[in-house]
Parts: sequence; C-alpha cells; structure tokens
Amino acid sequence: MKLAVLVNEGPYQHQASDSAYQFVTAALRTGHEVMRVFFYHDGVNNGTRLTTPPQDDRHIQKRWSALAQEHNVDLVLCVAACQRRGLVDEGEAKRNSKDATNIAPGFRISGLGQLIEAGVEADRLVTFGD
Amino acid sequence: MEEEEYQGGEVKKFLYVNRRLPHGTIYALESLETVLIGAAFDQDVSMLFVDDGVYQLKKEQAPESIECKNFSKTYRALEMYDVEKLFVERESLEERGLAIDDLLVDVELIASSDVKALVDEHDVILSF
Repeated sequence: MKLAVLVNEGPYQHQASDSAYQFVTAALRTGHEVMRVFFYHDGVNNGTRLTTPPQDDRHIQKRWSALAQEHNVDLVLCVAACQRRGLVDEGEAKRNSKDATNIAPGFRISGLGQLIEAGVEADRLVTFGD
Repeated sequence: MEEEEYQGGEVKKFLYVNRRLPHGTIYALESLETVLIGAAFDQDVSMLFVDDGVYQLKKEQAPESIECKNFSKTYRALEMYDVEKLFVERESLEERGLAIDDLLVDVELIASSDVKALVDEHDVILSF
C-alpha cells in the first residue's frame, strides 16, 4: 500500500513522532511504500539538527534523518509552521534574512500543498497527534 | 512562496474535522491554512465542526484583547474559495448553549449519529 504520514506534534513533548516513526519503520519492513512524512504544527520541531537529548535517550531527529537516508523517505516540514517556530534552511535564511540555518539532514521545507498532494496520491494518509 | 499548483488532476473528497477552540492552541488557525491550500488545489473540501470546534465559528470573537490574531473573518471568506460545505454537529452546538444564529456563516447541522456516514463519504480525513 502507498502510505503518507502526518506528524502534528513536537518531539519528546508528545509521543506522536515516536509512534509515527515506529509506524513508518513497520510499514517499510512489511513491504509498504511510504511516499512522504509531512510535519505540521509543532511537528516541524522534529526537523532541527540542534537537538541534544540526554545520551541515554533516543535521538528522535537523528532517527528520522537516518530513515530518510536509508529508505529515501521524503521528510517535509511545512514552511508556514517553520517560519513561526524558527526552522530554517538555506532558502528560508536568504528569503527572511536569518543569520543561521538549523534544518536537519534528510528534511526539506516546503508548502502545505505537499500535504494535500500526499492526501491525493497516497492510498492512506495516517495522522499522528492529538 | 510561489503559488503552488497541483498538476495531478485527481480530485479527492477531503473532510477537515475541527475539534478545538479557536484560541488556546494553534490548531484551528493552522488547519484553516490547510483548508485554503486544499481548496486552491481544486480538491473537494468539506469541513466539520465538533466538540469545542464549534466555537471557531462563533460571532463576535475579540481575541485582540489577548493579543491574538482574529482569523474568524476567514471563515466568512471560505465561500470565495468554493468551500461551501460546512457541517456542524448539532449536539456539540447545543451542549454549549449555542444556536445557528450565533455562527458567522451558514452551516448545515448534522446529528451526532450521522457523523460516521459523513466521514465514510470522504477519502481523506484531516482532524485538527
């Protein structure tokens, strides 16, 4: 089955990102396609490379980045949600005159159209969040 | 951002389920942004307001007094984006002492027992 995933909550604060990750890995392991993971609301905070969780805890951002690298999963952060919350890539830094970037490897910033497109193209869009 | 356009041509039935207060969390505001993008992509868009979500449509909101953006006008503009199917769960409205006249826009009241059928009719459910 062709799946898309929506993550609506930030890391650590809420289990949505963990559950989404576990869902995606299980889906890939059982032969499904995951065409996109879209991060919205505070979910965009999953995509900053500046997170430093305690060493004895899981590293949620690195886990997503590794998944993108190993399985070519498209990780998309909503641009409007990023602008509100300070998630920045090269393009956004230039556009909004910011002095730094913080986007993690494997993530990209794009528009809400990517969520709509995922809804249209996937067989199922599965939401994680409250 | 450049104007986004979806080239796929396929149209699905999207149902946006709005369950939360307009303020207190950002879900209502950001979900409205998704609705507008979905409409711009020429998808078939319906909205359902349940639980505290019915307050999103309440007339005479004044969030300026708590320094929050008053986006309630946007619900009145939905029509211009061809978003005309707005459903409100009757029980949610009544439990909160509200009536259809308290709302900013024309809506269709739907009984709680009919919500499942409405959800079943749609291809993509986005619940905020």
